[in-house]
Amino acid sequence: MASTTSKIYSYKFLLPAAVVYLIFFIVPTFLSFFFSLTIWTLSDWKFTGLDNFRIFLTEPSLNVGLRNSLVYAILTCGLKVVLGFLLAAFLSANLKTKGFLRSIIYFPNILSTIAVGIMFSSLMQPSRGLINVGLAAIGIQGPDWLGNPSLALLSVAMVDVWKGVGIAMTIFIAGIMAIPRHYYEALMIDGGSSFHKLRYITLPLSRSSMNSVIMLAFIGGIRSFDLVWVMTKGGPGFTSDLIASIIYKQLQGGFYGISTAGNVVLFVIVSLLAVPMYRFLTKAEVDL
Amino acid sequence: MKRSSIALAAAMALLTVAGGFAADRQKLVWLQWANDGAQKNLDAIIAAFEAKYPIDIELEFKPGSAEGENLVKTRIAANDMPDLLSFNSGSLFQVLNLEKNFVDLSNEKLASRLVDSFKSTVSVSGKGVYGIPYQPIPAGGILYNKKVYAQLGLKVPKTWKAFIANCEKIKAAGKVAVIASYKDDWTAQLLLLADFYNVNVANPKFAQDYTANKAKYASTPAALRGFEKIQEVFTKGFTNKEPVSITYDMAQAMLASGEGAHYPMATWVLTSINQNYPDKINDIGFFALPGDSADKNGVTLWMPNNISISKTSKHIDAAKQFLDFFVSPEGLAAYMSVSTPDGAFAIKGVKLPDNVFPAVKDILVYVDANKTAPALEFLSPVKGPNLPQICVEAGLALKTPAACAVEYDRDVEKQAKQLMLPGW
Amino acid sequence: MKRKILRVMVEVIAVALALAIFGIPLSYVVTNAGKTSVEAAQMSIAPAAETRYIKNFSEVLATSNHMLLRAFLNSTIITVVSIAMLIGVSSMAGFVMERRKSRAISWINFLVLAGLMIPPAVVPTIWVLKSIGLYKTMLGLELIEAALAFPFSVLLYRGYLGAIPRELDEASFIDGCSGLDLFVKVIFPLMKPVSATIAIITSISVFNDFVNPLYFLPGAKNVTVQLTLYNYISQYLNKWNLLFADILLISIPPLIFFIVFNKKIVSGMVAGAVKS
Repeated sequence: MASTTSKIYSYKFLLPAAVVYLIFFIVPTFLSFFFSLTIWTLSDWKFTGLDNFRIFLTEPSLNVGLRNSLVYAILTCGLKVVLGFLLAAFLSANLKTKGFLRSIIYFPNILSTIAVGIMFSSLMQPSRGLINVGLAAIGIQGPDWLGNPSLALLSVAMVDVWKGVGIAMTIFIAGIMAIPRHYYEALMIDGGSSFHKLRYITLPLSRSSMNSVIMLAFIGGIRSFDLVWVMTKGGPGFTSDLIASIIYKQLQGGFYGISTAGNVVLFVIVSLLAVPMYRFLTKAEVDL
Repeated sequence: MKRSSIALAAAMALLTVAGGFAADRQKLVWLQWANDGAQKNLDAIIAAFEAKYPIDIELEFKPGSAEGENLVKTRIAANDMPDLLSFNSGSLFQVLNLEKNFVDLSNEKLASRLVDSFKSTVSVSGKGVYGIPYQPIPAGGILYNKKVYAQLGLKVPKTWKAFIANCEKIKAAGKVAVIASYKDDWTAQLLLLADFYNVNVANPKFAQDYTANKAKYASTPAALRGFEKIQEVFTKGFTNKEPVSITYDMAQAMLASGEGAHYPMATWVLTSINQNYPDKINDIGFFALPGDSADKNGVTLWMPNNISISKTSKHIDAAKQFLDFFVSPEGLAAYMSVSTPDGAFAIKGVKLPDNVFPAVKDILVYVDANKTAPALEFLSPVKGPNLPQICVEAGLALKTPAACAVEYDRDVEKQAKQLMLPGW
Repeated sequence: MKRKILRVMVEVIAVALALAIFGIPLSYVVTNAGKTSVEAAQMSIAPAAETRYIKNFSEVLATSNHMLLRAFLNSTIITVVSIAMLIGVSSMAGFVMERRKSRAISWINFLVLAGLMIPPAVVPTIWVLKSIGLYKTMLGLELIEAALAFPFSVLLYRGYLGAIPRELDEASFIDGCSGLDLFVKVIFPLMKPVSATIAIITSISVFNDFVNPLYFLPGAKNVTVQLTLYNYISQYLNKWNLLFADILLISIPPLIFFIVFNKKIVSGMVAGAVKS
């Protein structure tokens, strides 16, 4: 049967994929290891050893992105998981309005990041923006969401959660729907409360969707910069810069070698964090 | 979906045809700053030019600050330059590899009309002329509201100490002493850049040593003062609330209304103030950024930004015609038909009208006394790309001035290395 | 009875909260898109004194020589072409990768999985594009979009194919079908549902993509809708009414998709996420 296999499932089917994926993804990834060691003008390069990495890791305006990206990824990921799960549990119950609620929570996902960024830049305007006007109405003086250096990154992260929690919720709902009814029925007979249901059935049996949400949100969070770019440009100063926004700034400034070094740093971080995380999560899933 | 794309395609085709019917007029595309305060003046030149020649000018817009610079760099790298480009003169322009990317105008008649000090900022080590002055000569310093000064009985300060004393009084009167518009982060660096006259007085070789990697901001006390001054106005509570939410535009409103008394800025802002608050322009005065000694008080002059022609342009001759017109008496008359210029022109034989803005008259006092120095970016090819953000850090006291200076020196090093300058 | 009241109250509160958190920002945009720039600068959610949607829309469309029209056309082309390429390339790859087990396949599998996590190397990609003359061309961007969406879509195809019995292939083979015939006539039609899912999800993300056009399609001529919106931020300078009008215009295509394919999007999202 081996010969038939190779005849039917010929490797030729992989050829187009090889062209597209290799040339436009794999090759650049490998090239980045080389070019990160050079002063590079795109047409010309000069080897400088690890100098770019030294610059990237010692320049405060550059390495602030390392910390910020981690904070951003962990924060957005954590909130999406927690809120997404709670919303899903709530909206899996037998509610009259659940269709409406699910749709409106999911809706921001179809808007572009730029659109959402512009929208919230306006809403978060400190003196006239709707958020602070609303807060003022109940006697709270709202902060300068995007202008306060210690708040800017968090504000953007909140907007990210606003936009993305719908996806997390949807994935959780699907997971919850797949839980066989009789588990709950058994618990009801034992006299379990709603909280017990959530704690002892829904949560543990949502493990697989939980893993998906965590991986999606974490990797998305650590790689992204578009929302930050629209809302704060990494400012005030460099306080909300992310690795990806720094990579982009270096690219635009014509520092191609440094930009590529930043890419390699991001690659390493993802390999060191996301891959073990994925392993750990999937292993835990099997153990269950 | 399909139908709508067909409709769109049809609409596009119509547009193209409509463009084609506009007869044998050539079209030049000019990549220009969005929201330039003097756009109306420039529009007047364009209109006069289009009326006289069979050439149309189409504007394309780019943002200000580093983002606009980077966009230009990207488009050069992509070989996608429009016919005409507005850009900063001096070090920022030199980075663009002028000989390779722009048309040399030194053999054109128009070049003889430009003043030499301008030409040197758009040439490569003294060779070639790659642009014409886009605007009058700007001066950097403090624009102030004269009404506020009169009300509080203040005198124009000649030292930083006197300036701080004035600020205290303004603050006590419940007004914003120093306007900070850090939402447009490029405005944050003006105070530091305008302080260069004082650096130069204290240390005349600074520009040279700085280019040669021998002098640093962090280790030159006079240069470090710039960062210290930015921070001082913040820590003493002279700046407005929420500086990061205030834009360049809002700052102009504050200065014009007298809500704010001082705005560290260059004089290109005057045209825009005149346009938006014409009845207030006479309330605005100018003084040089004060240094530490009253008898060494002078002003930092910028060189006008420039307009250049891309070598990839298909209408180089038409573009040259436009630039020639731009610096001709006819072009300048069109410019001045909208408003008086906000400084002297870098063009020979042009006299300023008598009714220039009061702030411009204030500058001419320094110029006539020969108390001027060019800004650093016209003396040295090195300017770090992150200066605006670093100045915001200083201006919000996120870091000490010394730390900002060290950070900026690193930023400069990065640029110098990329330019492969000797000594770095 | 008490339970029922409680339940209604909970629902009322939930709807009120959802409206406050999600509804207000959206209606804020819609309302202000129809105001004058002076009125929009008030940043209030109150209805416009006089609505002027048509005026604002036409002003947005006319900006920079009808740039937005060109952008709509470009974005549509980019979306359609990149998805066609993506589906062609990844369905074939998914087919072989699911059916065949070998050392080479597990290596390929590894590379594809890695693509889900690894951030794309920006400048080297530009360099590659430049070297083959595709930098700042729409074709270049389309290929990139296809390459970046490839791992996710291969996963979907593999997952789906796993549920189609192999016996089917072998039966066709005995009937004298070649591998290509089998794929084109039998397998690909069977995979239609998953192809549709991929097309829908990816088209929204490609149409809304900002980052890749920013990297790989700089310059005014090849502008996409998201880049246009981004450029207008500095050009409109706080004319929120026009920015919001632009947002409304460019959100129409995804909105139509959302309304028509709501269920599909959701099920697709879930399928993809759970598989990965």
